[in-house]
Amino acid sequence: MTSASRLSAAVAGTSGVEPPSVGGAVVFALRRDLRVALRSRAELGVELLFYVIVVSLFPLAASPSRAVLSTLGPGVLWTSALLASLLALPRLFAADFADGTLEQMALARGPLAAYASGKMLAHWLTTGLPVAVLAPLLGAQYALDGVALALLAASLLIGTPILSLLGAIGAALTLGTRGGGSLLALLVLPLYAPVLIFGAGAVDAARAGLSAAPQLSLLAAGLLLAVVAVPFAVAAAVRIALD
Amino acid sequence: MTSFFEMGGYAWYVWMAYGAVAAAVVAETFALRRRGRRALATARMVREAGGDADMHAIDSGGAR
Amino acid sequence: MIVNWFRYASPVSFYPLAGRLARGFGALAAVFAAIGLWIGLVAAPTDATQGDAYRIIFIHVPTAWMAMIVYVAMAFWSAVALGLNARLSAMMAQALAPTGALMAALALWSGAFWGRPTWGTYWAWDARMTSTLILLFLYLGVIALRQAIDEPRRADRACAVLALVGVVNVPIIYFSVRWWNTLHQGSSISLTAAPKMAMIMLAGLLVMTAAAWCYCIAASLTRVRAIIVERERGSGWVASLIGIGTSP
Repeated sequence: MTSASRLSAAVAGTSGVEPPSVGGAVVFALRRDLRVALRSRAELGVELLFYVIVVSLFPLAASPSRAVLSTLGPGVLWTSALLASLLALPRLFAADFADGTLEQMALARGPLAAYASGKMLAHWLTTGLPVAVLAPLLGAQYALDGVALALLAASLLIGTPILSLLGAIGAALTLGTRGGGSLLALLVLPLYAPVLIFGAGAVDAARAGLSAAPQLSLLAAGLLLAVVAVPFAVAAAVRIALD
Repeated sequence: MTSFFEMGGYAWYVWMAYGAVAAAVVAETFALRRRGRRALATARMVREAGGDADMHAIDSGGAR
Repeated sequence: MIVNWFRYASPVSFYPLAGRLARGFGALAAVFAAIGLWIGLVAAPTDATQGDAYRIIFIHVPTAWMAMIVYVAMAFWSAVALGLNARLSAMMAQALAPTGALMAALALWSGAFWGRPTWGTYWAWDARMTSTLILLFLYLGVIALRQAIDEPRRADRACAVLALVGVVNVPIIYFSVRWWNTLHQGSSISLTAAPKMAMIMLAGLLVMTAAAWCYCIAASLTRVRAIIVERERGSGWVASLIGIGTSP
């Protein structure tokens, strides 16, 4: 059975097809979105390239001096990660909204929050995770030492999933509205502020030779809270958009 | 009297702050009054034009 | 005699009540403001350290508090609108947003003009000012989302979700900004270090806060009346309203 027809069957509740469990729904949405994303690898590459370019632009605007750069570095690398996360958000739900799949997910007997979680996970895997991997390499441009780079990677690994989760709320709320990406950014960026503060703060702590444990634990706690709570908010927002 | 306006040398700061609030209150009051009148006037126009179905041409931009 | 409050849950019945309440609270606001301004600008003594510049506190603190309170009120009515699918509650939330945004903007403006003479800079990245700035962005987001969605009921629900997500985040944002600020406390700027309060200064603050609170209620009730007419104009009772001409 193709995935689309499996979904339709789940909606219809036809015999022989079990309604997806929570885990099943997550995996279903995850695999579907990953397959779509990997088909357009160029688009993913462009988003990463955006991250690289933005990060490389800041020194041109400021100064190539090592002192300035190492002070700016954590903030720049983190803020650019925020912007890169924003780039991919509009298309998180847009395609499925347009072709009716999203409506099927809402009607299906698997929980919509689970489908949404799968999609958000796919978004992170294709946007946040590559940024977290790439950032330490770019961090070398900013005269950050090994410890700081390691903490940069760690803070991004914990923080970028939160960005995907919170961003999905904005993406769902702005489905099919005017204003597009800018409206989405306006809604989402204030919510991103605490993640930015603690994420960049962790790297700053490393630079100052202090422990980054408080920041990382707060980020981790935020991630746990978001993983549990946000999918339901996203599901509610999607249902509102579908009505 | 002049000492009141001079505010011990801090006149600029104090009056910019208080003045902004006064201006905002006045502006909001007038804006709200105008919005209320406009809403009633548009409702009247809609009625006379025969209902919301014909509304597109005379929609005043749908002030929210 | 028990008033059936649910009678006022319909826009039709609420409209005239809102008008009476708006006028009442507006009058109260004017009285409180007159007293508060007299205390703040005339009666309260000049501060020893900050001079007369400290008088901005009678603007800054009330507006900052109202920015927060109005957001919580907006979130409350949003929750009611979502939970009970109540149109009027959603309209109330819609009406509160611009007033709250204005309060936040005035708090930032007055804070800047207080900061310059007192701490030497118009903008100090202290915790409360930064949090108020983000609060302003949250308000603008709700307003922008409302403008972007054409269908009113969908806009109601979307803005309600956004307001609730925001209200959960406000304490988190405040906590994180405060943490960030204490960490980078290079200067000794602390906008929480207001001048030691003589009783009369405290009285002035309370009166001005009452004035701001009454003003916000009056402004949002007036706005909700306009919203009711805008959104209910197809209904028969608006027709009779127009027949009468202006508000009852």
